[in-house]
Amino acid sequence: MAKIKYIEFNGTEHEADVANGLSVMEGAIQNDIPGIDADCGGGMSCATCHVYINDDEWFKKLPEKEMGEDDMLDQAFEPKSNSRLSCQLIVSDDLDGLTVHMPEKQV
Amino acid sequence: MIKTDVVIIGAGPTGLFCAHQLGIIGLKCEIVDNLDKIGGQCIELYPDKPIYDIPAVPECTGEELTNNLIEQIKPFNFNFHLSDRVQELKNEKNKWIVKTLNGKQFETPNVVIAGGVGSFEPRKFPTKSTEKYHGKSVLYSIKDKTIFKDKSVIIFGGGDSALDWAIELSNSSKVTLVHRRDEFRGAPASVKKIKELSDNKTIDLITKYSIKDVKGNGSLESVEIKSELGESKVIKADYVLGFFGLIMQLGPIAEWGLNLDKKAIPVNTENFETNKKGIFAIGDICTYPGKLKLILSGFHEGALAARGCFKYARPDEKYRFEFTTASSTIKDRLGVKE
Repeated sequence: MAKIKYIEFNGTEHEADVANGLSVMEGAIQNDIPGIDADCGGGMSCATCHVYINDDEWFKKLPEKEMGEDDMLDQAFEPKSNSRLSCQLIVSDDLDGLTVHMPEKQV
Repeated sequence: MIKTDVVIIGAGPTGLFCAHQLGIIGLKCEIVDNLDKIGGQCIELYPDKPIYDIPAVPECTGEELTNNLIEQIKPFNFNFHLSDRVQELKNEKNKWIVKTLNGKQFETPNVVIAGGVGSFEPRKFPTKSTEKYHGKSVLYSIKDKTIFKDKSVIIFGGGDSALDWAIELSNSSKVTLVHRRDEFRGAPASVKKIKELSDNKTIDLITKYSIKDVKGNGSLESVEIKSELGESKVIKADYVLGFFGLIMQLGPIAEWGLNLDKKAIPVNTENFETNKKGIFAIGDICTYPGKLKLILSGFHEGALAARGCFKYARPDEKYRFEFTTASSTIKDRLGVKE
């Protein structure tokens, strides 16, 4: 279990306890947190669960991107070097306290 | 006006298998999809990616699955209306009048929405200022490449479309290719070619930059790009091309008076009918308790929706359940010679 903080583009904060094994994307969807669309349902094929990890320490701590995630991020709305697809961030105790920021929009 | 038993919106695996089921029970259908090819997400998002959860098919790619589904419905000779989109549904005397963007009209008792997460559209630039140039000097696809001759063209993107057009247009235009990172997702041969063209100064290659603003007075004059470190550059431009892949938009479906739950359409799981009589929703676009967004669920939903359509298409007949292994009527429909 990890406490994940989701911050919408307008600054609204949401916190959710997300079970280990779920993705950060699923944590948002299951808790009705707006700002993450996840059109493809977690298949790394749509780039609509895009988030920023603004804390550099956290960004480095996350599991590395697998092949294809950056390719998909090329197609996201305003990708930056601290962008991740939240469907690829699998929750474990190590992610307790992670904060993700949503982009202005997903599509 | 094309009269038919069913109009299927969406030529993805779910729509295709629903068409098969309609053919099996003796109904006609017309299939509309806004992509220029058959296959939906399977063909657009993951043609080469292996799928492992199609029953009795241990492994296949999106493209193989699509080709097999096309093969399976061949005996029925259904019409596809590609690169077109259903815009309007109107009820007239218990029939649905279906109008498309390209001006086609259908009259049908049944519409099956198998639209995935909506229709695919090119992802546009995030900058508002590009909007007034859309379709004129800010483009997301190329119909006529001669317009770029001897012009300054800035291309954004790192995939095959961006690279291929940068290479192609570099023959006759001044091309600048801008991409947000140093790596490209395009084919290795294209990436190599781009680096050669950049080394010999045929094209300008700028990485780790993205669009900031476009400027012009009536017509487009320049584009400002920015790096994440806050640096910016202004480049003279006659045309700006953006190739950021496709996004899915629900589009006109949202305006047909159907109940919506987020981006999905609630259905009754007996026949996958929506809150509107004769309009069915199957596949990723429908929702119900326990819904799984799997291709196999879409197949099941399509089979039941087809039976639901039968009731309105043949109100005076009783639907009779038959197995394909045993029914000579079905074998006739499939053109199987015994």
